[in-house]
Amino acid sequence: MKRVVITGAGTINALGKNVPDTMEAMKEGRCGISDLDFRDVERLSIRIGGQVKDYDPEQKFNRQQISLYDRFTQFTLLAADEAMQQSGLTLTGELAAKSGVVFGTAGGGVSTWDDNYRSVYEDGKNRVHPFVVPKLMNNAAASHVSMAYNLKGPSFTVSTACASSNHAMAQAFQMVRSGMAPVMLTGGSESMLCFGGVKAWEGLRVMSRDACRPFSANRNGMVQGEGAGIFVFEEFEHAKSRGADILAEVVGFAMTSDASDIVMPSKQGAARAIKGALQDARLNPEVVGYVNAHGTGTAANDRTECAAVADAFGAHADNLMMSSTKSMHGHLIGGTGAVELLACIMALRDGVVAPTIGYEEYDPDCNLDVVPNEARDADVSVAISNAFAFGGLNAVIALKRI
Amino acid sequence: MSVKDKVIEIIAEQAVLDVSDVSLDNTLEELGIDSLGLVESIFAIEEAFDIQVPFNANNPSESEFDISSVAAIISAVEELVKAQS
Repeated sequence: MKRVVITGAGTINALGKNVPDTMEAMKEGRCGISDLDFRDVERLSIRIGGQVKDYDPEQKFNRQQISLYDRFTQFTLLAADEAMQQSGLTLTGELAAKSGVVFGTAGGGVSTWDDNYRSVYEDGKNRVHPFVVPKLMNNAAASHVSMAYNLKGPSFTVSTACASSNHAMAQAFQMVRSGMAPVMLTGGSESMLCFGGVKAWEGLRVMSRDACRPFSANRNGMVQGEGAGIFVFEEFEHAKSRGADILAEVVGFAMTSDASDIVMPSKQGAARAIKGALQDARLNPEVVGYVNAHGTGTAANDRTECAAVADAFGAHADNLMMSSTKSMHGHLIGGTGAVELLACIMALRDGVVAPTIGYEEYDPDCNLDVVPNEARDADVSVAISNAFAFGGLNAVIALKRI
Repeated sequence: MSVKDKVIEIIAEQAVLDVSDVSLDNTLEELGIDSLGLVESIFAIEEAFDIQVPFNANNPSESEFDISSVAAIISAVEELVKAQS
């Protein structure tokens, strides 16, 4: 089996429009959640989110590109550009033929659906733009990235709700580890902060109107975010031979299915995924210093996740740090695991563990060190990132300092 | 139809029971209504009476809307309907 390393990272999200700004915000414990700003927001009862503000697509893309790029594709391309520049890779010949793209997204081009449904239903128009389908399809982002960087190997999109990015990165990891592909671009993207996107979530009654406060006894629900996180996964020898700057090693993953409920999480399913990832990485639980929690800020997730971590780590659960950065950037749904992987890289590389901000009140059901409100300096050699999706589909990925 | 009868009808439909099998002191749990069924019932109540029900699934017991029994739900809905008019 090959070793797999990360040689590039890129992002855009409510905390920053690149990786350094995002990590800076995480270190400062800054909150990127603000009042939502889009058409018809006054008809929503939930009006906050981790929205990417001060963003003008016309500064980044030309008119023809914008007619083909939904916001989730735009975010993906911007993050991919940062990741590829950092990696220093140029893909040609055999390398290009074998390298590919696996991305995660839950909704794909949600605002394209929203805009065009509005146009035909509300405005009564009988004609839509010819590119609606190629713009909204879930694989649009993966395809545009493959075109931008000449990635001609295995490429597709994974959609497993809130675990999409982790499932995608697990696939990319497996492909590089097995020798199938020398380089894979991976991660995920989401942009459902539009009237229809938020209205749908509102219906479930799990959204907070004021803040995302994971693990805090007074938490009252999740807050949506948007953006993308993209990484270059590369075979270790390949990266080393070209003198690449290695951000971290990807050492293991596991996926499980609760097979029990469409929305309620399961301690067993989550714990099996955590244990499985460590087994896959051939690591003892005691070496894990940081867990980037799924930590949505809902009553059910946070309670269940803490129980799962306690179960998977045993006594070591009391020694490790676990934080939810969703408190800062919101829940990016299908893109969330990708942006959250940045917190793992920051812990391993910079020795700074991102905080869970908004923490106000101790909850006996969440009795772990959740790094409340302030980032912490720590020597972390192994970090894991949890994602537990609606539908009971779980994916956990493990990273190691290199 | 009174508020009471309509609420019972909605709850009965959600529980897949006859209206006559729903009594005022029943809890939703006793009627076999789970968290998703509860959210659906509240949606149906909002649609039927054109009201906004203050309910957050994260802390049902602390919501302003009392769901501890069928009778409690009926009186909460009656209050909301009164406040509406």
